[in-house]
Amino acid sequence: MGKRKRDCAGSTTVAATFSIFLAVFTIITVYLFIAKPWWFPPSITEVGDLIDSQFHRTLIITGIVFVAAQLGLAWVIFRFRDQNKPAAYSEGNNTMEVVWTLATIVLFVGLGLYAESAWAIVHFTPAQPGDLQIEVVGQQFQWNFRYAGPDGKFGRYKTVEQALAQRKRGDQSATPWQLDTTDPDAKDDIITPIMAVPVNREVELLIRSMDVTHSFFVRELRLKQDAVPGMTIHMHFTATKTGDYELACAELCGLGHYRMKSTFRVLNETDFAQWMKDQAASQ
Amino acid sequence: MASHANVAHVHAAPSGFIRKYIFSVDHKVIGIQYYLLALFSVFLGMTLSIFMRIHLVWPEINLPFFGGQMKPEQYIALLTMHGTIMVFMVLTTAPQSGFGNYFLPIQIGAADMAFPVINMLSFWTTFLSLVVMVAAFFVEGGAPISGWTAYTPLSILKQGVGDAGQTLWVIGLAIFCAASLMGALNFITTLVDLRAPGLSLMRLPLTVWAWFVTAILGLLAFGVLLAACVLLLLDRVAGTSFFVPGGLVQTGQIVSEHSGGSPLLWQHLFWFFGHPEVYIAILPGMGVASHVLSTFSRKPVFGYRAMVYALCGIGFLGFMVWGHHMFISGMSPYTAFAFSIMTMSIGVPSAIKTFNWLGTLWGGRIHFTTAMLFALGFVSLFVTGGLSGLFLAQPSVDLPLHDTYFVVAHFHLIMGVAAIFGIFAATYFWFPKMFGKFMNETIGKIHFWLTFAGVYCIFMPMHFLGIAGHMRRYADLTAVDFLGGAKHIGLWKVQYFISIAAFITISAQLLFLANFIWGIWKGKRAPINPWNATTLEWTVPSPPPHDNFAGRVPTVYHGPYEFSVPGQKQDFIPQDMTPEEVLRDRS
Repeated sequence: MGKRKRDCAGSTTVAATFSIFLAVFTIITVYLFIAKPWWFPPSITEVGDLIDSQFHRTLIITGIVFVAAQLGLAWVIFRFRDQNKPAAYSEGNNTMEVVWTLATIVLFVGLGLYAESAWAIVHFTPAQPGDLQIEVVGQQFQWNFRYAGPDGKFGRYKTVEQALAQRKRGDQSATPWQLDTTDPDAKDDIITPIMAVPVNREVELLIRSMDVTHSFFVRELRLKQDAVPGMTIHMHFTATKTGDYELACAELCGLGHYRMKSTFRVLNETDFAQWMKDQAASQ
Repeated sequence: MASHANVAHVHAAPSGFIRKYIFSVDHKVIGIQYYLLALFSVFLGMTLSIFMRIHLVWPEINLPFFGGQMKPEQYIALLTMHGTIMVFMVLTTAPQSGFGNYFLPIQIGAADMAFPVINMLSFWTTFLSLVVMVAAFFVEGGAPISGWTAYTPLSILKQGVGDAGQTLWVIGLAIFCAASLMGALNFITTLVDLRAPGLSLMRLPLTVWAWFVTAILGLLAFGVLLAACVLLLLDRVAGTSFFVPGGLVQTGQIVSEHSGGSPLLWQHLFWFFGHPEVYIAILPGMGVASHVLSTFSRKPVFGYRAMVYALCGIGFLGFMVWGHHMFISGMSPYTAFAFSIMTMSIGVPSAIKTFNWLGTLWGGRIHFTTAMLFALGFVSLFVTGGLSGLFLAQPSVDLPLHDTYFVVAHFHLIMGVAAIFGIFAATYFWFPKMFGKFMNETIGKIHFWLTFAGVYCIFMPMHFLGIAGHMRRYADLTAVDFLGGAKHIGLWKVQYFISIAAFITISAQLLFLANFIWGIWKGKRAPINPWNATTLEWTVPSPPPHDNFAGRVPTVYHGPYEFSVPGQKQDFIPQDMTPEEVLRDRS
């Protein structure tokens, strides 16, 4: 049998250090989550407010569990340090197992079910028929936005065959992501490097990519959606506060991922109409 | 189950340096080989992350190896290889193939694994995969830049950097899959077939249960990754289009070699593997935590049966949650809802384990060895890291948090710290058995405190970065204004704090390395059972002879955690203590 050092004094020092460490760590963490020195920027959509309240709900529940677990650990470490008394022989307690299993199921699954209503608003409900539609196209390493113009219809892009044929005829810059100028619907389409939307009006995005997977992300909208090549992914929202907000790519897309940004601008109706006129003029 | 042990075919002890230490079929040598591979890899992985942290806050510095200031593609290559090497070469090797190989046979009373030659092959195949991976740094264009997740089409279309490296990465990973499948087969067969008489399933140490469930996960998951790698390789070199749609234009060039594929298909295949993979990384650590907590509380594991069910539950549910990595991917939002409920459910067995760890400590008589400190730290870290998962498991809350530093905080606390603490606990616990010598406990304790404080300083602030919207995998913090990098304000200051904490914490790991080497070389001689532990490895010499039990077949009479049994003079009953010996020890 090996010898083990009976070190009660030593075990009090270590135990106290560990418990105090855990307590200090818990207090600092709770303080920071209350003080919020770095936090979400204010939300500018109603669904964003719902997401914020679900985040808050989750924070309270996980916060209580976090504090209970860390302080519980701190307590058992200190209370049951080696004090020259035998340990209690216990193989467990089936009643407790059942109780805390059921409690955890109710808490976790309940929280999860509660979260679904905000998700449903974003993705289960379709966009309204009259929504302003904006095509969002990501590429390495910039965003472009297309508006359908006064006719309300998006024109066709060139097909791959058309583009290849144009290249054969000498135009080396032809690609299938350019407007087909023979399509009358395309004549009034407006392509812009920044995205503007009118305030308090539902907008529907058609999110696409030219090359690799990117991700459309505006913090204040609380919305994010991958832009997947080969897919057109729809997302709708209503912005409720005017202002300029940063739009950044949130899916690794190559060496320029860090600089693939743009501006998301929310304007009142008058300013938005003017902005559309200005953009149309400069096409 | 077996009424007599199926004894492993034991070959004579090998002679000569090559057969003893290089191409050995002895599971103990192979376990140490895996461990040393992981040790090398973790220092390589940490070196990559040091360069990443330096570049993020001091991008103007001229760095050696980078030819001056680091370029964005070099940063992305660093993060790709950091993730790949840490997840595969550290977290999938040391806990399972390292300690599992060494101690599974001994803890079940066997002389070796069921297939010793396949065991040797699985190590050298893993070694080959590491060589191929590391070679990616040295080929033209350097290491790949698509992240350890290699999302397509980025990992298929030529980027002008990391192209040859990406091909080597895929090949290296496929080789790793083959090695892992071999290992998983070996573990399962050994566990099913070679248990000593009296060692029923419900008398297995929780370490063995963890290695067993992990091996089943590995067997079922790595095949999918292997298939995915083959398809990815074909897309890259053979003109197929499993993962690339048509109509792509990359920097003005029409991509005509591909059409008809789906980028989401790669994500489904990768994450179907990827989620069980993270449980492969953590389950052995949970087994070690239970084992060490029990041993140094001198108390049985609280709720042993519940712990076994929880391990199995985590393993089973782990195959049904992969879509939570894909809520924002363009996958059906209805599927997202289903994955979300499954993911919240998997929190339940994890919570049960935490309650039972606390229950094990309750009423105990705690000895604060270094191994115990790391096991206690594991519990704290698992709670913290696990709870942030509850946010990400809800698709609506995931909307603002996906692909931000909140995710980086979550998986680092769970994998890059808790699982690592499992490895540290196992090292300090089993070092005397493996090498016949002790590591220095004082240095070990300093290592523990610096690391425990350090990792919380590194990863807790990342939660706030993510909440504030800081995206992941950004090579440069100066382009997007809200990151504060251009003016060194706001979130940038948090990044700075994290970098300093990382430098200190990583430096502290040198203490561990020095202690490890010094222990092997000059450590105090260790007896057979320095910790007064109960399981079978503590009944054989330190280190054990080639065939572990010197020709005898042990018989097991007790469960694995009979500590402080009332009425006994000794506060532990070894699993193979005969009933007569138990009676003689009554007070």
